[in-house]
Amino acid sequence: MPPRSEGPEELPITADDDVVRVRQLVRTYAQQTKLSLVDQTKLVTAASELARNTLIYGGGGFARVEEVSDGRRAGVRASFHDEGPGIPDLTLALADGWSSGSGLGLGLSGAKRLVDQFDLDTEVGRGTVVTVTKWKR
Amino acid sequence: MTVDAGRAQNLTDLMRDSAEPLIDEWVGVVAALLRGRSTKTELEADFREFFAALLPVVGSDGKDIGGPEFTDLRAFLEEYSRSRVRAGFTPTETASSVFSLKRVVFDLTESSDDPQMFRQLMAFSGLLDALGLLTFESFARVREEIIREQSEQLLELTTPVVKVWEGVLAVPLVGTLDSARTQVVMEKLLEALVETGSEHAIIDITGVFAVDTQVAQHLLKTVVAARLMGAECIVSGIRPQIAQTIVALGIEFGDIVTKASLADALRHALRREGVDVVRSEIA
Repeated sequence: MPPRSEGPEELPITADDDVVRVRQLVRTYAQQTKLSLVDQTKLVTAASELARNTLIYGGGGFARVEEVSDGRRAGVRASFHDEGPGIPDLTLALADGWSSGSGLGLGLSGAKRLVDQFDLDTEVGRGTVVTVTKWKR
Repeated sequence: MTVDAGRAQNLTDLMRDSAEPLIDEWVGVVAALLRGRSTKTELEADFREFFAALLPVVGSDGKDIGGPEFTDLRAFLEEYSRSRVRAGFTPTETASSVFSLKRVVFDLTESSDDPQMFRQLMAFSGLLDALGLLTFESFARVREEIIREQSEQLLELTTPVVKVWEGVLAVPLVGTLDSARTQVVMEKLLEALVETGSEHAIIDITGVFAVDTQVAQHLLKTVVAARLMGAECIVSGIRPQIAQTIVALGIEFGDIVTKASLADALRHALRREGVDVVRSEIA
């Protein structure tokens, strides 16, 4: 098992390999926080979707991963930042099966269903920040 | 060693005249530096070649190292660095063996106080610096080559297509599925289907940690391609957490046959092939 990470950690997302690295980092945090195997897999999959979105649609950016606590339970929070074109129509972007690219159109909506908390902050022309949190049950 | 004051002070001539003792001395210095990891005989053969390629350009200060008169020398250093990297020497050790020649030549000309000779030595020092740096560059380049080779090998290694029964192929997928790997998997699988005339292929994803939409899309494409060739694909090794994730993501596998384990998939394929597996009665 990799050494325990303290505090938030950031990774750049500029290439395909970075998506894998982000995924591994999220996995490390999820294991550390002792999320169940199902929750680990869900969070890692969501991170994979969002990191790829950052890369493909946001033109690259960075991911930040941290352990969080709301006083009662622990969790893992991951945020994905880009300074890309932003999302003009959120309803459409979050609809199943709609993609502005060539994907299945399930990444963003699917990621939302995979986590406990999903925040999307976007402004056309400025960029997008997606923050997801998975709490330990 | 001393310089004959009566002769013209030309570094090239001097080095050519004292080639044997110079190379001897140089080999000695470097052999000590590498602490026996390279034999003197090996070093001597290399350095003799290096020395021969170096002599014609001794007058240069190394600024025009990209020029045609350096072709032999560059080729030699490239090859030398390459063999050093593969043998596990550090770039510092490789570059040091080039730099070591400096000291040996300085020792040779120690007693000379001719300003002309001094200038030639300065130029020579610059030349060796440039050549030493060249070994560093080659080192980095060779390393990159090795990494590229390995990642290509890994690509091949991790995607074996195995025949598990007459007419049934299996592809165990392990690790991360990206576009490049899926492409390889798909090609190998389709080729193997033709070669073996198989009608069933089992794609086992037990070793895949997470199935996201991209992986799913790659899988679906592979299955559709195989179907176009008249083969049926079964996706197996879907663990509980993967199943739940796929459902949450909203991925539809449609009419593709999926199984929890490779054994289930094999049984399904055999049944479709008309093979009955019967446990024999053991007395």
